[in-house]
Amino acid sequence: MASIMTDRIDKTITLRAPRSRVWRALTDSEAFGTWFRAKLEDPFIEGATTRGRITYPGYEHLTLEMQVERIEPERLFSFRWHPYAVKPGVDYSSEPTTLVEFRLEDAGSDTTLTIVESGFDRIPLSRRDEAFRMNDQGWSEQAGNIERHVTTA
Amino acid sequence: MSPRRRATATQLTEAAPVFAALGDATRLKLVARLCADGPQSIASLSEDAGVSRQAVTKHLHALGSAGLVRDAWRGRERIFELEPRRLEPARRCLDHIAAEWDDVLRRLQAFVEEP
Repeated sequence: MASIMTDRIDKTITLRAPRSRVWRALTDSEAFGTWFRAKLEDPFIEGATTRGRITYPGYEHLTLEMQVERIEPERLFSFRWHPYAVKPGVDYSSEPTTLVEFRLEDAGSDTTLTIVESGFDRIPLSRRDEAFRMNDQGWSEQAGNIERHVTTA
Repeated sequence: MSPRRRATATQLTEAAPVFAALGDATRLKLVARLCADGPQSIASLSEDAGVSRQAVTKHLHALGSAGLVRDAWRGRERIFELEPRRLEPARRCLDHIAAEWDDVLRRLQAFVEEP
């Protein structure tokens, strides 16, 4: 299907860790913040919004808002957020969101994690334009450099 | 949300008309059908489209302007087909976000696999 080509991202990774541990890393908002690099203020609760702040170098001015959809123990964790929400102080709440789904399965004593982010085709063009302008201002490029530096170190 | 939201200016500019053309449920459905079932006529595309044949024609023109579909006469029928190359810029945008997910997942992996 063509919509799959531009509407969603699908990733699978096998983690050498038991399912319960991966589940905790995903659904304990403090643990989530550690690897995702965000300081989250609230726990993840179905139907509730978890807010926080990005702690990634160069992106500390950005806030993060996750609307938790489903928490099915050790199986599925899903939330919605606003992709391209890159401009500080802008209220993105009325705009379409993408859905992020983490699914867990046993792989022997390891865990297979599948992540799907979908709904990109509904994101308004103006939002992409804005991301483009922010890029023009250079900070995104700058942060990209920092990221490359820290991930190759 | 943004360490994962880096796409270069050029890529976004190229992708913009494509995303705009795809940013409509009916057009998205038409593209999906052309992708799944191959080249076909307006009559066939209008079946189960949930909108009138005129509307389908209008949407096909919009997709045509974005370069996503092309048409050719086959006998007395006008046949529309997908131009998959035009989906590439949009695809590249997603590839960027996908690469950012790779980074995020690597950090998750380090986090859960550490002794």
